[in-house]
Amino acid sequence: MINVKELHKYFGKLEVLKGISEHIHPGEQVVIIGASGSGKSTFLRCLNLLEMPTSGQIIIDGEEITNGRHDVNQLRQKMGMVFQQFNLFPHYDTLGNITLAPIKLLHMSRAEADELGMHLLEKVGLTDKAHVYPAQLSGGQKQRVAIARALAMNPKIMLFDEPTSALDPEMVGEVLKVMADLAAEGMTMVIVSHEMGFAREVASRVFFMDGGIILEQGTPDAVFNHPQELRTQEFLARVRESK
Amino acid sequence: MNSLWSSLQLWWAGFQDKFYVCFIEDDRFVRYMLSGLGVTFQVTFFALILGLALGVVVAMIRVTHDTASANMRPGPGRFLLALLNTICKIFVTVIRGIPVVVQLMIWYFVILISIRNGIVVGIIGFGINSAAYVAEIVRAGIMSVDHGQMEAGRSLGLNYIQTMRYIILPQAFKNILPTICNEFIALLKETAVIGYIASTDLTKGAYIIVGRVYEAFLPLIAAALIYLLIVMLLSWLFGKLERRLRASDQR
Repeated sequence: MINVKELHKYFGKLEVLKGISEHIHPGEQVVIIGASGSGKSTFLRCLNLLEMPTSGQIIIDGEEITNGRHDVNQLRQKMGMVFQQFNLFPHYDTLGNITLAPIKLLHMSRAEADELGMHLLEKVGLTDKAHVYPAQLSGGQKQRVAIARALAMNPKIMLFDEPTSALDPEMVGEVLKVMADLAAEGMTMVIVSHEMGFAREVASRVFFMDGGIILEQGTPDAVFNHPQELRTQEFLARVRESK
Repeated sequence: MNSLWSSLQLWWAGFQDKFYVCFIEDDRFVRYMLSGLGVTFQVTFFALILGLALGVVVAMIRVTHDTASANMRPGPGRFLLALLNTICKIFVTVIRGIPVVVQLMIWYFVILISIRNGIVVGIIGFGINSAAYVAEIVRAGIMSVDHGQMEAGRSLGLNYIQTMRYIILPQAFKNILPTICNEFIALLKETAVIGYIASTDLTKGAYIIVGRVYEAFLPLIAAALIYLLIVMLLSWLFGKLERRLRASDQR
């Protein structure tokens, strides 16, 4: 479903991604871990071309998106994205945030879109907040709305860029639960996260990124319990210490 | 006591006399100042619209160039954007660097020599002048919207223009409303120099009366009061509008 070949990304002279080749299959939940600066977020953002790769190929659903002829907007409709900072639209209420894209892009009527929106709000447990503006939601609620908003375009793939890193600890659980539900439905997900517990439980595969490459990857059991690389072992040890 | 009273009476009689001569006789107030006020309104209103429209276009070109150009593939589109951006930059620099009254005279006596209607030339001159300021205000407003908003819009599949229209500009507009209102008020007052290009606005109208009746105090003070009242009224209206906009997202 996502096929990446020799992906390189430079910011100016700095090489952030140093050749990534990987295949993510439909229905997989991949969690990307690694220290900050290892290129995790950049890799994720390359997948929907929020960052333009400097070289290499990305093939989504059989279509190459990096050859410059592909319709980026069409591609992004198939890939939902959830951000660390939520990025809800402050001038729309919760329902308006969710229905904006379906109304403008899928030409749904407002009634249809509202019905879809309410259905999605039910899924994330926020039907009572349909007509509340983002400023009045807690961090966890905002992120759940952001997930519902991304789902509104009925994407085949969901990308999560550190979705719980900006949350107060007591709100992390509610967001992870929504993500776990999504995983249970078989959504293809790529998640950059520091939540090792979540990665263990939900991920079908874990990528450990270091210095712009995927240094080690495998099942959660393999990566967390039997890491082969020294860097992986060091990273996991550091994470455990800080807990 | 008696002499104070009588001198007060004398002053009052003189004031009435001057007031009559300045404003009532020959319908001077209506003929010069009121019709001049109409010209002031006309020029301000249409120049404002021209300035807003042109200013937003210039701002969009500048912002698009500064934020999106780096992600564009090299080619004619990117070159065109760079060219437009340079033109816009020069436009803003030139317009902001020349006094508006000089610009106005250049429009009237040099460039638009075939148009002998001072009001039309005034609208063009003030509109273009205002556009340069509006462009910078709008640009700052767009830049003040968090970059994540653009990314969120684009990640849903909205294109650049849709994201601007539905997500960035409404937020930018609210941020810049106070500054735009200031620009509007400044524009209203700036139009007082339109007398230089043969149009009779409120200021020129007052000045004509001064020339007719050899009395400077009353006509000029009247003009000043009218400007002041209008500005106060506008400030009050804009304040209301601002509060209403803010209320809508605190609900």
